[in-house]
Amino acid sequence: MSSDATVQLLTPDGKLVSDDRTSEYLPWIEKLPESRLLDFHRQMVVMRRFDTEAGNLQRQGQLALWIPSIGQEAAQVGSGYAAAPQDHLFPAYREHVVGRIRGLDLMRIIEMLRGLSHGGWVPSETGNFHLYTLVIGSQALHATGYAMGIALDRLLDVSNDGAPTLRDPEKDAAVLVYFGDGASSQGDVSEAFTFAASYQTPQVFFLQNNHWAISVPVERQSRTPLYLRGTGFGIPSVQIDGNDVLASYAVTSANLLSARSGEGPRLIEALTYRMGAHTTSDDPTKYRENEEVAYWGARDPIARYEAYLRGQGVGDDFFAEVAQEAEDVAADARARTVLLQDPPTTKIFEHVYSDPHPLVDAQRDWLAAYEASFDTADGIADLEGAP
Amino acid sequence: MTENLPLAKAINLGLAKALAADPKVLLMGEDIATLGGVFRVTEGLKAEFGENRVIDTPLAESAIVGTAIGLAMRGYRPVCEIQFDGFIFPGFDQITSQLAKLTYRHEGSQSFPIVIRVPYGGHIGAVEHHQESPEAYFAHTPGLRVVSPATPHDGYWMIQQAIASNDPVMFFEPKSRYWQKGEVDRETPPGAFQASRVIRMGTEVTLVGHGAMVAALLQAADIAASEGTSVEVIDLRSLSPIDYAPIIASVQKTGRLVVAQEAPGHVSVGSEIAATVAERAFYSLEAPVMRVSGFDTPFPPAKLEGNYLPDADRILEAVDRALAF
Ligand SMILES: Cc1ncc(C[n+]2csc(CCOP(=O)(O)OP(=O)(O)O)c2C)c(N)n1
Ligand SMILES: [Mg+2]
Repeated sequence: MSSDATVQLLTPDGKLVSDDRTSEYLPWIEKLPESRLLDFHRQMVVMRRFDTEAGNLQRQGQLALWIPSIGQEAAQVGSGYAAAPQDHLFPAYREHVVGRIRGLDLMRIIEMLRGLSHGGWVPSETGNFHLYTLVIGSQALHATGYAMGIALDRLLDVSNDGAPTLRDPEKDAAVLVYFGDGASSQGDVSEAFTFAASYQTPQVFFLQNNHWAISVPVERQSRTPLYLRGTGFGIPSVQIDGNDVLASYAVTSANLLSARSGEGPRLIEALTYRMGAHTTSDDPTKYRENEEVAYWGARDPIARYEAYLRGQGVGDDFFAEVAQEAEDVAADARARTVLLQDPPTTKIFEHVYSDPHPLVDAQRDWLAAYEASFDTADGIADLEGAP
Repeated sequence: MTENLPLAKAINLGLAKALAADPKVLLMGEDIATLGGVFRVTEGLKAEFGENRVIDTPLAESAIVGTAIGLAMRGYRPVCEIQFDGFIFPGFDQITSQLAKLTYRHEGSQSFPIVIRVPYGGHIGAVEHHQESPEAYFAHTPGLRVVSPATPHDGYWMIQQAIASNDPVMFFEPKSRYWQKGEVDRETPPGAFQASRVIRMGTEVTLVGHGAMVAALLQAADIAASEGTSVEVIDLRSLSPIDYAPIIASVQKTGRLVVAQEAPGHVSVGSEIAATVAERAFYSLEAPVMRVSGFDTPFPPAKLEGNYLPDADRILEAVDRALAF
């Protein structure tokens, strides 16, 4: 589905594309320090290795589920690094490496998919990387509301002389929200576009078109390229080669800057591919052709970027070092996973409400007494009725 | 002649029979056609009946239900699959504000023979939104019929009866039972669609439940029997309407009733049964009606589901309380 309109900074064989169309974006790459360019690669490789390890852990019964992101590393790493520290990121459920870039310990995702939590990380401690949302598309509205709040903060700030505070794109926050091609069909996503356009929110919608929603191909969701959906809502939109980490970084950076500068929302459609199963519960051989997988395998985001870096003179030592780091991260995740303890049963009742609630409190006490009754000789003797 | 089939296969065969019998029957939902559904309940049906009758939809539950309503107006009998219990809510408005009320709004000139199949309930160790029991919302909504088969035999027949119904039917499939086999008799016509049924006779306590809970009730009855207590078990089968006659008759005999469900207890099907039995069989009761349910919290992380969901022990604890009253 890529076309002439698709922004690509790196060809599939890793050559930089310098022409009229890329000139708008290349400065974002040129001003990056080399260390950051190397980070792109490091994160992609570490994530892929982690992904494989987590899949193995699932097969070995250590996890209830794993959600692989293999093939989508460039879209995620580029956009993740494009976000400024003050920005807020609203993921779907596959953006593990974005969380990692923002400072989330991937063990929090492991814990969630082991069945120990529903997420529970604290966005203010994880680089404003918000919780995963499993109900498809819902987070698009949360992100839009958050962006409305950012805009309102400025409008409502009358602390000085009543004049709105000056905009400072260096310090102002924007919102980056991730969702998939399947999610684009949900009413919540269209409604988010409507609100974002109406209130000119400071936000970027990042649509990862990985071509599949479980077994349903993107063609069932949309007859037009998905980025054109945004255009119809009055949201300037762009399609990128999502397997090109430089395009993902540069285009997301440029769009976040526009959003922060008060120019309203933006939509990026990143064309990529889910190389693996939807989740470890899925069997993609039931619905897609090997040829298609091979086609995308030949457009692998990591191989492409490695070719680019090698062309820039990055040598074997670096790649060997990254490979070792990936092994270490995977080994560490395995070691920590097998040590994870089940939560206490009281966790069932914690944080259902922020303030005390009599029914929940009574049921927590009842379950504690019930469980304790198994330890006493006469069983259930002391139990009152279930509340 | 009976066959030993898992519930998922039994429903599959029931769907196939309905598709074969009436060209107006359509299946629609996410991943149901090529994949055969994430639980494979519709496996093979696209191959047999074609992609125009077994339809993979875009990812939008409100649209699945909303367009099914339009299709019904055009004379079709859509059978919608909602992929998991927790994903029914994007379609909640279309179900409760539209589907449930449209026959009433049309003053009967149109019927809405739509079935909404919902794999529901816990015991499968899955992530958030994949193990819920939202049936009370729908049982609370006038205009919807709500049923839940507990056995493969009922799965086979009740799905056909649901499709034959001229009213909207919420069809809650206990997903933890999908792979459990049971005897299915495909020749003997079924009993009444929405009747509750005594499935084990006993004299001292009556247990009532639906869906996956029925297996736990039977297990509890076995344990109780081994301890010398005679327990009667009723499979509710229908949650709206509720067929009270067998329940009242049983309580008149046993004097004690325990109602069990996976769903949270507050404002639930179990509460409704407790209230109704208290009204209609007050003088037969030797003890208050006991409710056993999921706790009034969101469904917890999967590692805690064993503590959250009622099991035979929790049911027996309530039985003991009823007997000790
Ligand atoms: C409201 C809702 N309906 C159905 C599902 C089941 N489901 C989980 S993922 C998925 C496909 C999502 O596809 P897409 O948005 O393209 O994201 P991807 O999984 O490809 O990253 C579906 C149907 C869900 N999670 N939420
Ligand atoms: Mg997708």
